[in-house]
Amino acid sequence: MRGIRVGDRLLHIYTWLVIVWLSSPIAVMILFGFNDKQSKSNTSWQGFTLRWYAELFDISDLTVALRNSLVIALISTVITVVIGTMLGLALGRHRFRGKGVTNFLVFAAISTPELVMGASLLSLFVSGSVPRDANTIIVSHVLFSLSFVVVTVRARVVTLDPSLEEAARDLGATAWGTFRQVTLPSIMPGVLAGAMLSFALSIDDYVVTSFVNGSTVTFPLWIVGAVKTGIPPQVNVMGTLIFGVGVLIAIANAVAARRRN
Amino acid sequence: MSGTSAIELVDVVKEYLAHGEVVRAVKGVTLDIAEGEFFSLLGPSGCGKTTTMRMIAGFEAPSKGLVKLLGQDVTNVPPNRRDVNMVFQSYALFPHMSVWDNVAFGLKQRKTPQEEIRRRVGEMLEIVDLTGREKRRPREMSGGQQQRVALARALVNRPRALLLDEPLGALDLKLRQAMQIELKRIQREVGITFVYVTHDQNEALTMSDRIAVMNDGLVEQLAGPREIYERPATAFVAGFIGTSNLLAGSAASGVLKVGGGRVLVPGHDGDVSVTVRPEKITICTDEPGAGLSAVRGSVTEVVYLGTYNSYTVSLTDGVEITVFQQNVHDAAATAERGDSVWLSWQAQHSYVIGS
Repeated sequence: MRGIRVGDRLLHIYTWLVIVWLSSPIAVMILFGFNDKQSKSNTSWQGFTLRWYAELFDISDLTVALRNSLVIALISTVITVVIGTMLGLALGRHRFRGKGVTNFLVFAAISTPELVMGASLLSLFVSGSVPRDANTIIVSHVLFSLSFVVVTVRARVVTLDPSLEEAARDLGATAWGTFRQVTLPSIMPGVLAGAMLSFALSIDDYVVTSFVNGSTVTFPLWIVGAVKTGIPPQVNVMGTLIFGVGVLIAIANAVAARRRN
Repeated sequence: MSGTSAIELVDVVKEYLAHGEVVRAVKGVTLDIAEGEFFSLLGPSGCGKTTTMRMIAGFEAPSKGLVKLLGQDVTNVPPNRRDVNMVFQSYALFPHMSVWDNVAFGLKQRKTPQEEIRRRVGEMLEIVDLTGREKRRPREMSGGQQQRVALARALVNRPRALLLDEPLGALDLKLRQAMQIELKRIQREVGITFVYVTHDQNEALTMSDRIAVMNDGLVEQLAGPREIYERPATAFVAGFIGTSNLLAGSAASGVLKVGGGRVLVPGHDGDVSVTVRPEKITICTDEPGAGLSAVRGSVTEVVYLGTYNSYTVSLTDGVEITVFQQNVHDAAATAERGDSVWLSWQAQHSYVIGS
C-alpha cells in the first residue's frame, strides 16, 4: 500500500517536471513580452508593462517580415494541402505505375536534411536563373511540407471503407459529389492535421528560407538577423500571439473531437 | 411474379488481371429476374455471386455480355444513373452524417423538393422502426439498427430493384433470424425486386422465391427453394444445400446394387449418381420390404441434436451415410454405436443427378 503511494507521488512529481521543462521556453517568451526593459537587450526582468503590445507594429521591418511569413505560410499551406491530399488519396487508394517511387520520394523529402534541401534548391534556382523572392520561398515550403500532408492524408485514406464511396455513387451522387460529400469529410481530420503541420513548418522555417529568399525577409530571418543587436520585445509579443492562436486551434479541435464522440 | 423482367443478364462474363494472369470470376451467367421477386444468388465464397451483383449495380463492367434493367441495356451506364440501390455487407453508412442525413442522401442527389424529402424519409424510418432516432450517428447504434438504416437509405429512393450483399452476415444468430423475417415483410410491403447475395443456404431457402446456386463462375441450378432442396441438379448443389448422401455405381434394369443392398432407380441404366436427403431415410433392424430402396451398414456415430438424432452409418462397401431421425417419441436412440442396421427409403426420394 505504502509502496504504491510513494510510487504514485514520484510519478506525479516526474510528470510535473516534464511539463515544466516543456513549457518553460514558452513561459519565458510570454513573460518577456511584458518586460519593461530599458537597456538594449531583453534578457533581465525589469518590471511589468503593456507597452510592447501597444507598440506592436512600430518596427516596420519586423511588421513586414511577419506579414511576409503569414502570407507565405497561408499560400504554401493551401497549395500543399491541395496537392498533398490528391497525392495521399492516390497513394492510399490506387495502384499505379510509379507508386513505389512516389512513396520513396515522399519519405526522402521528410528525411532529407534541411541544409541539403536548401542548398540544392538554391543551385536549382540559380542554374535555372529563377529570381529569388517570395515565390521561390513558397515553392520551397510547399516542397518540404508536402510529404507531411501526404502522410497524414494517406493514413486516413487506408482506413476508409471503399464501399462508402460506392454507396454514394449507388445513391446517385456524381464523382465530384461523392468526393465533396463523402470522401473529403471522411478524410478531413487527416487533411486538417496536414494543413496545421504545413502551416507550422512554413511559418518558422529558417534554414531552407535563408537559401532561397533573395531580398525577401521573413519573421524567422528577421529575428536571427536581430540577435546581434538585441531582439525587441515585440518579437515576444508576436510569438505569444502566434502561440495563442495555436492553443485556440488545439482547444477547438479537442472540443470538436469530443462532440463527434 | 408479374412476368416482366426487372433484371436480365445475358451471357455475362467478368475477367480481370491478377498478377499477370487472367482470372475468370464469372464465366457466362444468364439470369432473368422477374419484377417483385425475391431472388437469391447462393454459393460459396469465390463463386462469382458478389461480382455478378456488382455488375448489376454498375461497380464492375462485364467483359462480355449484357446487363438489362426493365428491358433497357445499362451495360455501360454508371452506378449513379442506374435505378437500383444496394445494401452493402459493411452497411457503408456515412459516419459523419446523422441517420436522417444518411437516409436523405439519395433523394438530395436527385434534387427532390425539401418537403417531399421530409415526408419520404419520415415514412421510411417508420417502416424500419427507427422513428425518434433521426439525429443519431451510425456508430451510436447497434448492428441491427445500422442494418435497418442501410435498408432505409436504399429503399427510400424507390429503386426498381434492391441489391443486398450478405446484409445479415455481421449479425448474431438470433438477430439474423429476426431480420430475415423483417426483410421478407419489408419486401412484401414495398413490392420491390430483391436480389440477395448469400453463402448461407438456410437464409436463401427461407426467404427466396427463386435461387440461383453458383459455383466457380457459373449457375449450377436456378429454381425455387423446394426444387433446389428436393431435386438438386448437380452433385455440387446436392452437397452445398443441406446435408446430402451420394451413392454412385452402375445400374442394371432400374436397380443400383450398392452397400450390401439396392437403390431403386426406375428407368435408369448404366453409371448413375443418386442423392438421398438424411431425413428421408429410416433406420430399422429387419430387412425392409421389396418396394423400398435398402442398404446395410453399421452405426459409427450417434449425435443428439435436440429435435433430432444424427446417425452416421458406414455401409458394407465403406460409403458413409448420414441419417436424421426426429425425436418424436422419446429421447432414446433408435440404434446405438456399433449396431448393424438396415437403411431404407422410398423410391421417389432417390434423386438421380445429372453429372
